[in-house]
Amino acid sequence: MADVTSMAALWWAVIFSGLYHGINPGMGWPLAVSAALMERKHSAMPKALAMLAAGHFLAMIGILLPFSLMIVLVEWEVQIRVAAGLLVIAMGIYLLINRRHPKFLARVHPARLALWSFLAAMAHGAGLMLVPIYLGICAIGADETGHLAAQTLMSNNVTTAFLVAAAHTLSMTVAGGIIALVIYLWLGLRFLSKTWFNLDILWALSLVAVGAFGLYSAIAGH
Amino acid sequence: MNLRPDPTFHASPKLAMQAPVENYAFTVMLSPDGSQSDGIAVIDLKAGSDTYGQIVHQVIVPNKGDEFHHFGWNACSSSLSPLTGHAFLERRYLIVPGIRSSRIYVIDVKDPLKAHIHKTIEPEELFAKTGYSRPHTIHCGPEGIYVSCLGGGGEDGTDGPPGIFIMDCETFEIIGQYEMDRGKQDKHYDFWWNLPQDYMVSSEWGLPPQFENGVVPEDLLSNKYGHSIHFWDLRARKNIQTMDFGDNYQMALEIRPAHDPTKSYGFCGVVVDTTNLQGAIFTWWRDDDGVWQSKKTITIDPRPEKPENLPPLLQGFEAVPPLVTDIDLSLDDKYLYVACWGLGEMHQYDVTDPMNPVLAGKVELGGIARGTKHTNGKDFAYGPQMVEISRDGKRVYWTNSLYSTWDDQFYPDDEGGQMVMADVGENGGLTLNNDFYVDFPKGLRSHQIRLEGGDCSTDSFCYPSV
Repeated sequence: MADVTSMAALWWAVIFSGLYHGINPGMGWPLAVSAALMERKHSAMPKALAMLAAGHFLAMIGILLPFSLMIVLVEWEVQIRVAAGLLVIAMGIYLLINRRHPKFLARVHPARLALWSFLAAMAHGAGLMLVPIYLGICAIGADETGHLAAQTLMSNNVTTAFLVAAAHTLSMTVAGGIIALVIYLWLGLRFLSKTWFNLDILWALSLVAVGAFGLYSAIAGH
Repeated sequence: MNLRPDPTFHASPKLAMQAPVENYAFTVMLSPDGSQSDGIAVIDLKAGSDTYGQIVHQVIVPNKGDEFHHFGWNACSSSLSPLTGHAFLERRYLIVPGIRSSRIYVIDVKDPLKAHIHKTIEPEELFAKTGYSRPHTIHCGPEGIYVSCLGGGGEDGTDGPPGIFIMDCETFEIIGQYEMDRGKQDKHYDFWWNLPQDYMVSSEWGLPPQFENGVVPEDLLSNKYGHSIHFWDLRARKNIQTMDFGDNYQMALEIRPAHDPTKSYGFCGVVVDTTNLQGAIFTWWRDDDGVWQSKKTITIDPRPEKPENLPPLLQGFEAVPPLVTDIDLSLDDKYLYVACWGLGEMHQYDVTDPMNPVLAGKVELGGIARGTKHTNGKDFAYGPQMVEISRDGKRVYWTNSLYSTWDDQFYPDDEGGQMVMADVGENGGLTLNNDFYVDFPKGLRSHQIRLEGGDCSTDSFCYPSV
């Protein structure tokens, strides 16, 4: 029963992290507004959101997949989860110390939204934020299904990685899409700068917190 | 770093026009012979203030001989670009280059009345890191602050082509050259861009030996000054098209793209057409096939004049050329202001249809062999030159000096620095304001003006006016 609740909690964490990434202007919702305004047609916005989602999804899956393959080594599970937690904490601390924005993002052509979204997610460690949550889900899943053959376990983990990335990206797109749409249709551009908060420190601290959670759950059991 | 974007950053030109009006102007003060230090004058523009129209603070630099010319902000509305993520910079520092010394000052104007030097970049560092010299136009854009340079390397700036370098917008460290493929570009002057459409346009004055000691008449008459503008793929850093206006269109200077980023056109002012001494404005635009085109849309005729009234340089021509030395476009892309420094006139054109500009207003002030006095009775040395428009488009400010050695050639008997302002009528028209007249300290001339919170030749917008 405890596993069921923590499983649900972890999936909610996947969705909340998506909403959180979605409201962060650094993950691209202002691009959806500008695309619709620049092209002077409503349909440009869903298209831009889809491109941003595609890039974000690829960045998530690109980080999660290697971990899904690694945790096939069941006997190293705790070590892998500890290492992953430390890695996420390290990324958070790095972002706390290095407060500079990644300038290479400015080199991307303004029309290459998917590429921009992928690079922005990578540079900000957006995928890493999901890793401890994902590993938690896999660990509970493995316990529930008992000790399966390595191959089955791996395919389960890969499926979970896709599901986690998809659920996260969907909630991110919904959150960012709502903000973009409300500004585009009703509030106007004046609110673009008003809703733009500096989330840098909060973002870095979130990475540290998620990493710490990963460490705790790896050592304490789940 | 702020938690919210700087309130002077605006998503669109329209929002910038609706923002609170300017409280201060920052204007360059330069010593033409290097006998004094140059500086930045802080001028009170608050309506009703006891010190309205007065210099209320000066930042005087420790060196001499810098020759201040153009300058710009460390950050502008381009920070709100959805791509760059610099939304939390402050519009706080003025980047002020010495065009003669190649030294660059970073001046902190957070409190305009206590403005002070924040950092100095020595010429040696600029030479070593960029291979360029004589820094000029400043714009804030992707990856940092872009600075155009009029000179290449070497003593006289002719060792290699001049170009643009990039500077970090937080630490003010020089990063390096911008260009990856400059194509035919071998001279430089101004540049500006359209950030969402990802293009840049640059222009040409001449190489340092062609301007530092005055205009070289032989070079001008043999059409050796710049007459081309260059279109760049901004982020690929590549010259994609060089457009030659024609040999006779000497000195293609200021580049003014439409402020609304959905528009793909702009203007370029040409100082003099050597076939007939006219001044000219070209409209440039991108056609449906993506190729850049241009057309001469404004010509301003010279005025016949007796040789004995003219400076030696012009006596042979028996005419006063208009000398279109600066142009500026209002934020609504409606009015283009054209400074005719030779004639002594400021023109206002309605460019609602950029292919068919219509003269909407005109002010006569100063001028070669004319010297029109201000309507308040005071003198105005030289002619109207660097022009800056308030964000709301209602006030137009300008100063009078072009460039130390050129002032002396075209106006050998004049001296002094002045800044004036004209009010824009409800439906166009331009009237000098008798209450605003700044006379600069003795021995100092004036050049570019920057308005607190941004103006019509600094901010690049990333969203259209809707």
